[in-house]
Amino acid sequence: MRLLVIEDDRETAQFLVKALKESGHGADAAADGDTGLAMARDGNYDVLIVDRMLPKRDGLTLIETLRGEGARTPALILSALGSVDDRVKGLRSGGDDYLTKPYAFSELLARVEALGRRSEPEATTTRYIVGDLVLDRLSHKVSRGGESILLQAREFRLLEYLMRHAGQVITRTMLLEHVWDYHFDPQTNVIDVHVSRLRSKIDKGFPKPLLHTVRGAGYVVRADDE
Amino acid sequence: MNKELVSSFYLHRMPLRAAFFALSLLIPASAIFAAFIGGEVNRILTAHTVDALRTEVGFFKSEFDRGGIDALSAAVQSRSSISAFTLYQLTRLDQPTQVGNLKGRFDDVGESGLVFDLSDAALKGSEKAAGIAIVVPGGGRLLVARKIDTQRQFADYLRNLTFFCVFALGALALVIGWLASQRLNSRVAEIALTTRSIMGGDFTRRVARDHSGDEFDHLASNLNAMLARIEDLMGALREVSDNIAHDLKTPLTRLRNRAEAALRDDSPAAHREGLERVIEEADGLIQTFNALLLIARLEAGAVDATLAPCDISTLVADLVELYQPVANDANLQIISRIGSTPRGEINRQLVGQAVANMLDNAIKYSPGDSGMDPGPIEVSVSQGDKCLEIAVADRGPGIAPDDRDRATKRFVRLERSRSRPGTGLGLSLVAAVARLHGGELRLEDNEPGLRIVLALGRPRTTSNQKATVGELDRVDSSATVAR
Repeated sequence: MRLLVIEDDRETAQFLVKALKESGHGADAAADGDTGLAMARDGNYDVLIVDRMLPKRDGLTLIETLRGEGARTPALILSALGSVDDRVKGLRSGGDDYLTKPYAFSELLARVEALGRRSEPEATTTRYIVGDLVLDRLSHKVSRGGESILLQAREFRLLEYLMRHAGQVITRTMLLEHVWDYHFDPQTNVIDVHVSRLRSKIDKGFPKPLLHTVRGAGYVVRADDE
Repeated sequence: MNKELVSSFYLHRMPLRAAFFALSLLIPASAIFAAFIGGEVNRILTAHTVDALRTEVGFFKSEFDRGGIDALSAAVQSRSSISAFTLYQLTRLDQPTQVGNLKGRFDDVGESGLVFDLSDAALKGSEKAAGIAIVVPGGGRLLVARKIDTQRQFADYLRNLTFFCVFALGALALVIGWLASQRLNSRVAEIALTTRSIMGGDFTRRVARDHSGDEFDHLASNLNAMLARIEDLMGALREVSDNIAHDLKTPLTRLRNRAEAALRDDSPAAHREGLERVIEEADGLIQTFNALLLIARLEAGAVDATLAPCDISTLVADLVELYQPVANDANLQIISRIGSTPRGEINRQLVGQAVANMLDNAIKYSPGDSGMDPGPIEVSVSQGDKCLEIAVADRGPGIAPDDRDRATKRFVRLERSRSRPGTGLGLSLVAAVARLHGGELRLEDNEPGLRIVLALGRPRTTSNQKATVGELDRVDSSATVAR
């Protein structure tokens, strides 16, 4: 993916560009809002990583301007402001995701990768298939190797989200946000417990596990031979 | 002149100056009023006198009609001899002398009556009289008059009395007003003095109350409530800074030590492990920091705009579902008793986080690993008279009544919790969320254990749904999971 980091703190920007490149993406940096806007217009980027407070033109205005021009490049807002209403404001301005500073790079990477693949038409896909695991979004049925698996409603949504992003690392907070719609820090390992329950339903008794834990980052659903 | 002096100048001098000003107006005002009263009385009494004289004249007319000018003359003569106050004068053209007890010429007096001076009469001094005169047919003029000095004295007396009374009343009003304003000033000055000493840093000072129930007493009571709140906040601030020093410095020291230890060790594996633990500590610090900032923002009331209608029962049921597996892993069960409630205007994320903290707290402190049956964690949602109550009750060690107030303060971790993970901010966040929603956090005895009640005072009903008692007692069995 080609990524644009619009961030005025030089060290942060350099760190992000370097780390994103190491993760196999192309990344450029812009140090202020105006430069960032110009680069975003011309650069044909897959995802924009935009700091909220920027010199010359702040992040939210930048995204609003781009959206006003019809550009639909997904944007991840980085902000030191973390309360609920700041988040709402950020998303209302046209941002696609919101991450509060300080953040773990693995969290940022997972979110950027999830945003980058969002351009695929997801609503029209009625079935997700990973290895021999099949999830049917219309009939709400899950089966593995032809064998039907009974999931509770929340477990179904959890698996659905993980399978939609098959092959991508999904963090705990992403799960809490998208499956439960909570944007707070649950303090305990609630998500882990739910994932391990799901895992026991879809992986137990099968030789190849599909739901993997990525240490220090989150989870990924992936057939091993991929 | 500085601001303080100016204000005290106005506070103390203005009413006195106003009093002198009012006094200087009061004298001419009461004089005008008294003159008006005196004049009116005089006018009315004169009119009366003239009326009486007219009756007298009527009598003389009838005498004249009966016996002509001689009979009239005789009547005047006889009346003159018996009356001291009423004066008569008959001037006949056919005789040179005047008949009656009034001498002199008073040609101005006519039939309509006139007040005239008796000074040039034989009678002494400058007395006044009111009189009327008629023309006697056949040549003559009859004047009947009455001295009005007594009447004038009476009117003067009334005028003076009026002046005195009005002036005295006015002065009395001024004195009362001045005294009242002095009292007002002294109360205001007292409050100003108290606030000044509070501004100077003495937060224990309070405005003195007289419990009279008047406006100032009310004001003082409100001010004192405000001061108590300020003192609380200042105390909280002090406590927070003390606790920040402790609870943030400790992990910071640990973080630093770990980094140093890793540096001293030369093996790459040790470096790696050291860095990982540094990140772990940093994450813990970030968590504490975020919680602190959130509480600070909530207490500043800065997130009010994000209230939106939300089904609170569903929210709580969702959270129970989220925490159920965690509880089950700790050998605990959660029983929920969630009545249907009207949708309330709440901040879903914040109330969600508060309830999550309550559940987290209950799970953390339930004696799940001791081998005994710990008893269930009970979650209930019920609609009270004015507020909606979300309660989470555990069977843990509970909190002693004396410690309950302290437990909701920031960073306070009672001894029982020191050894367990957590930021120590969980319940203070719940308390802040409750306050933001116009409610409160209550810690109650669950006998044994702790019952945490989050009362949301403000949930404005957005539908006509009302929970009935029967509905409240409905046990949601689907959420009850056996161990």
